[in-house]
Amino acid sequence: MKHLDEYRDSSLALPLVEELKRTVTKPLTIMEVCGSHTMAIFRNGLRSILPGGMKLVSGPGCPVCVTSASHMDAFIAMADIPGVRVTIFGDLFRVPGSKGSLAEASSRGAKVDIVYSPMDALDIAKNNPHELIVFLGVGFETTTPGIAATLLAAKNQKVTNFCVFSTQKTMPAPMEALLNDPSLKIDGLLCPGHVSTIIGAGAWEPMAKKYNLACVVAGFETADLLKALILLSRQVNSGDIKVENMYPRAVSWEANQRATRMVEKIFEPVDMDWRGLGSIPQSGLKIRDAYREFDAEVRLEISLPEAKEPKGCLCGEILKGKMTPNECPLFDSRCTPANPIGPCMVSSEGTCAAYHKYGRDE
Amino acid sequence: MCLAIPMKVTAVQGDPDDFTTNQVATVDADGISREVRLDIVDYWPSVGDYVIIHAGFAIHSLVEEEALKNISLLQELADNTPEELLS
Repeated sequence: MKHLDEYRDSSLALPLVEELKRTVTKPLTIMEVCGSHTMAIFRNGLRSILPGGMKLVSGPGCPVCVTSASHMDAFIAMADIPGVRVTIFGDLFRVPGSKGSLAEASSRGAKVDIVYSPMDALDIAKNNPHELIVFLGVGFETTTPGIAATLLAAKNQKVTNFCVFSTQKTMPAPMEALLNDPSLKIDGLLCPGHVSTIIGAGAWEPMAKKYNLACVVAGFETADLLKALILLSRQVNSGDIKVENMYPRAVSWEANQRATRMVEKIFEPVDMDWRGLGSIPQSGLKIRDAYREFDAEVRLEISLPEAKEPKGCLCGEILKGKMTPNECPLFDSRCTPANPIGPCMVSSEGTCAAYHKYGRDE
Repeated sequence: MCLAIPMKVTAVQGDPDDFTTNQVATVDADGISREVRLDIVDYWPSVGDYVIIHAGFAIHSLVEEEALKNISLLQELADNTPEELLS
């Protein structure tokens, strides 16, 4: 693909690998925040060529993985309401709540449609006027503006049988929660690429300063990732800690104003439950009162049930970067992609799914 | 979930300041053509520009020279002499 293949070119990657080996001169722990980075790192085989001193830990940036079990239970309860059709991103389909998954609800007759875009969900609403179409909003800054734009389109087009259940989350907040935990020692952040497209690379600056944390915004190809790791290591070596943007083809220093204005128009900050991390103040988004007719929680009077995490599942510790899947007693024994127990095994971007597919020996 | 890919703009419709108009671009990558929403793109693109797309929405636009400049930056880093940069 034009302007992508260049970044996968081995003649570009090999000198970068050599350079990374020269640059890492002391032990270094880097957290990759974004689930898409976790997968890209495994897929490109980068873990196998990392210099000995460099350790990569995965963070809480897989949106499906941090969706709480009680939200999953509420999603399933909604899908079971007659006359309701829930629409979701595919990743969510098999995630277990405390009483089964949407896939199981679907097999017993609940209406669950997988869509590529929230706009597709709005089209389904227009084509099925006798059903209430609920879009399950799961995701970070990358996804939220599109959901906001869809909601505004629903209002402008007077579509009355469409609503959104927002569990949208915002990114820098959970990182702060993690960094305040003294048992987690990290030297640098591989900052998410497309979240930063929306919030701007500059959004990471307060964190870099407050926690003296090297921050590099990275793309998803081999060369992007190697380059970002080199720069993180150089920052730590030199003590010149800052935010660097190594993904300027997709990320500006400033926020995407059109997207952030769209989000502010429709959503307001709210305390949010994160799987594994608990409730984090002002780390989520709810639909503003002016758009409450599109708020599924209001419209269907959903109350969030108390939910139990699966017994023995260590997804919480894995999402905090404190443990690796190999330390979980369920990993690859009772918990596999075919029969997942925790969300990190279900999502294609989950850390456990990545370890299962590419790296069980690490 | 936050993956996004660049595609080349071949047509643009709608008014950037009016969300009631159909803000849509036709894009092309490797011969595949489709429509994407422009409601939340950072800068309104022109035909020939590239947009980065996530879940049916363009989230960033860039001109072709920017896309190419990125590649030369990477090349530069690969060719870099490291010694003076090590502490």
